[in-house]
Amino acid sequence: MKPILTAKNLTKSYAKGILALNKVSFTLDQGKVLVVMGPSGSGKSTLIRTINGLETFDEGELNVLGIKISADSDERKIQRIRRRVGMVFQQFNLFPHLSILENITLAPIQVQKRNKKEAEEYGMKLLCQMGIESHAKKYPGQLSGGEQQRVAIARSLALKPELLLFDEPTSALDPERINEVLDAMRRLADQGMTMIVVTHEIKFAMEVSDQVLFIDSGKILEISSPEVFFSNASHERSRKFLNQIN
Amino acid sequence: MSKNKKKFFQILLVFAFLGFLGILINNLIINLARTGLGFNFNWLTKPASFSLAEHPLPYSPSDSYAWALFIGWMNSLKVIISSLVLATCIGTLIGFLRVGKNSFFSIITAGYITVIRQTPLLIQLMCWYFVGFLNMRNNSFLSISNIFNISNKGIELFGLNLSPEFSALLFGLSIFSSAFIAEVIRGGIQSVPLGQWEAFRSLGISEKQGFFKIIIPQALPAFIPGLTSQYLNLAKNSTLAIAIGYSDIYAINDTIINQTGRAVECFIILLCSFLILNLLITKVMGIIDKSIMKSGI
Repeated sequence: MKPILTAKNLTKSYAKGILALNKVSFTLDQGKVLVVMGPSGSGKSTLIRTINGLETFDEGELNVLGIKISADSDERKIQRIRRRVGMVFQQFNLFPHLSILENITLAPIQVQKRNKKEAEEYGMKLLCQMGIESHAKKYPGQLSGGEQQRVAIARSLALKPELLLFDEPTSALDPERINEVLDAMRRLADQGMTMIVVTHEIKFAMEVSDQVLFIDSGKILEISSPEVFFSNASHERSRKFLNQIN
Repeated sequence: MSKNKKKFFQILLVFAFLGFLGILINNLIINLARTGLGFNFNWLTKPASFSLAEHPLPYSPSDSYAWALFIGWMNSLKVIISSLVLATCIGTLIGFLRVGKNSFFSIITAGYITVIRQTPLLIQLMCWYFVGFLNMRNNSFLSISNIFNISNKGIELFGLNLSPEFSALLFGLSIFSSAFIAEVIRGGIQSVPLGQWEAFRSLGISEKQGFFKIIIPQALPAFIPGLTSQYLNLAKNSTLAIAIGYSDIYAINDTIINQTGRAVECFIILLCSFLILNLLITKVMGIIDKSIMKSGI
């Protein structure tokens, strides 16, 4: 399996001595699902956001899809990564002034310069996959949280990404809406999509992930298979965390 | 308080207000009678017999007061509308640079906003007029062939000649208002959640495209109330024209009061004109607001 992502000694510090990331190193192979877990403020969001350049880092090296970036890499290189890596946010972040279909076709038309009809056809296909094709003409404000998040997933798929990043995709949802989003993510994983998911959903992690990464205070404490992590975590901090969220 | 007591106090308040109004009107009538003028608008048709330096339509001293007032209105509208357009352009540009990523421009524009907002408009106008335009070299201070020429004779643009008084007022009002408009623009842009920036960035959309296609459309509704109040201020501030000798509606009214003593009638005309103009501005901005609301969100 060829690695899609390699992080080497990623370090980021906030004001005076607080390390958001502390020498973070890991690899992710194509077609694998990595779940990132950790207490709040542990750096899991920072980690996933450095991968597509929403956060900068101070030291170390990142290789995403063969594009190498370091602390001083320019905007253009990061732009190249963003065109091949999709992201789904906790707060959906749909564009409220655009219709659902326009939300999805904006990037293909603006970034990839595809013609409108082609982009719309592909957009409708993605909406069908997510089971929300009937909402294409509506605006984000008219949809439920779960539906909005599925639109956000469809939007992140519109550029045909090779890697998808999920930053707590179900944390802002009503409990009864969580499963529709997790099911959509599960289907993507089954189709062979490479994914990094920051989440607290243990059931999802157990069933879907290939690896679980546990991070605390900016440091990776362990990377294990879900079987090992959830039944026999090697690090005491991980066991404590699992006890707390169970 | 019981319902009846409440009603009683409200009625009392209405009577107190009417009584106060009555005293004012009574005073006015007594004073008008004393000056022997009486309240009427017949004098409007008499010849004004003063000359005007600037008149967009033909005017001579033998024309009526009414026509002089109309010319004053044309002058006022000319400077209000052109300042409104110029102030919006400068203010929007400054606002954009203020929130932009370039820290050099950000600091420069922050300084501009601070200096302009913290000094009185009257002093700025005087400064533009006396230091700016009247002190310039005779023929051409800044000249680009025959298209654009700034000198102590004002501004010449495509053969259109703008007097130093008009130019100073245009610059003064535009620059003063632009600093406030820049803050309105900045506030509007910053009211758009940070997640919207992250969302377009994560899709590989460039900063420029994202700014104009994602951020600005969402900031527009937040611009309107602030812009409306700045436009109303600009219209009202234009009456400071009298300080630098530009013949706007207020300056002409002032001359007429001196000549005729018709202060009451003149101020009624002035107040009504500005009331109508500003209601019009509010109405137009309301229509723009509605059309923005309709187009999404």
